[in-house]
Amino acid sequence: MVPLHWYLWLGSLVFCIGMFGFLTRRNVIIMFLSIELMLNGVNISLVALSHYMQDLRGQVLTLFVIAVAAAEAAIGLAIVIALFRNKPTTHLDEIKEMKG
Amino acid sequence: MVEFFFGFFAIMILFCSVMVVMSRNAIHSVLWMLVMFFHVAGVYLMLNAEFLAATQIIVYAGAILVLFLFVIMLLNLREEMNIEQLIDGWPAGLSLAVAMLVVLILALGSFSVKPWGQWSIEVVEKTTQTKALGKVLYTEYLLPFEIASLVLLVAIIGAVVLAKKKLKS
Repeated sequence: MVPLHWYLWLGSLVFCIGMFGFLTRRNVIIMFLSIELMLNGVNISLVALSHYMQDLRGQVLTLFVIAVAAAEAAIGLAIVIALFRNKPTTHLDEIKEMKG
Repeated sequence: MVEFFFGFFAIMILFCSVMVVMSRNAIHSVLWMLVMFFHVAGVYLMLNAEFLAATQIIVYAGAILVLFLFVIMLLNLREEMNIEQLIDGWPAGLSLAVAMLVVLILALGSFSVKPWGQWSIEVVEKTTQTKALGKVLYTEYLLPFEIASLVLLVAIIGAVVLAKKKLKS
């Protein structure tokens, strides 16, 4: 029997790797993939807690996270296409027209 | 035996996550992500979440990653591969991520749970996992479920509106 903490540590590690990628990459697509990594780290923790607490709510929450991730990927990639039409790059430092 | 499988899945998940973040070519990132999703599905199987393992493969690997691949292939990304993949200030990002990890692991040290829910493995086995999940999803979480469908509808319409070419009038 694998203890619960191993799963939680695995989830935290995946979350932090995704966070590192989001902070240090400037390719829009890889930044989106890093967000997906973070969501997956949270999902691993939720499913592990659901199993060890013998409650199905964690798994239901994971389903919602997957639905929101799908919506986020669709909207985000549509924004990438719209950006690419105005300026052919996915490197975020090149996109500074709005002075943000 | 179970520990061996957990170790295998954990090492593969961590290795693939690092490769996703570090590879120069976005296509390679997406393909590493695919391998990682399959191993996450394996972890879900170890945790008796068969329906979620199937959902992980069908929705994440089948739909979301294919969407990523389509977009990468629509865009021409030749120049992106020649620039350095990390920004100059990457030690700041690394130290922030490591600090987050330390905080999480220290916080988890004093964390313990008791099995207090009604869905023990025997009960789930008797009703089958998908049926049990459906029972919780369609009774207790009916309103969030409907809201999730609304979120998906908004995403469909928003993606079409954003990605469509402006019509010249």
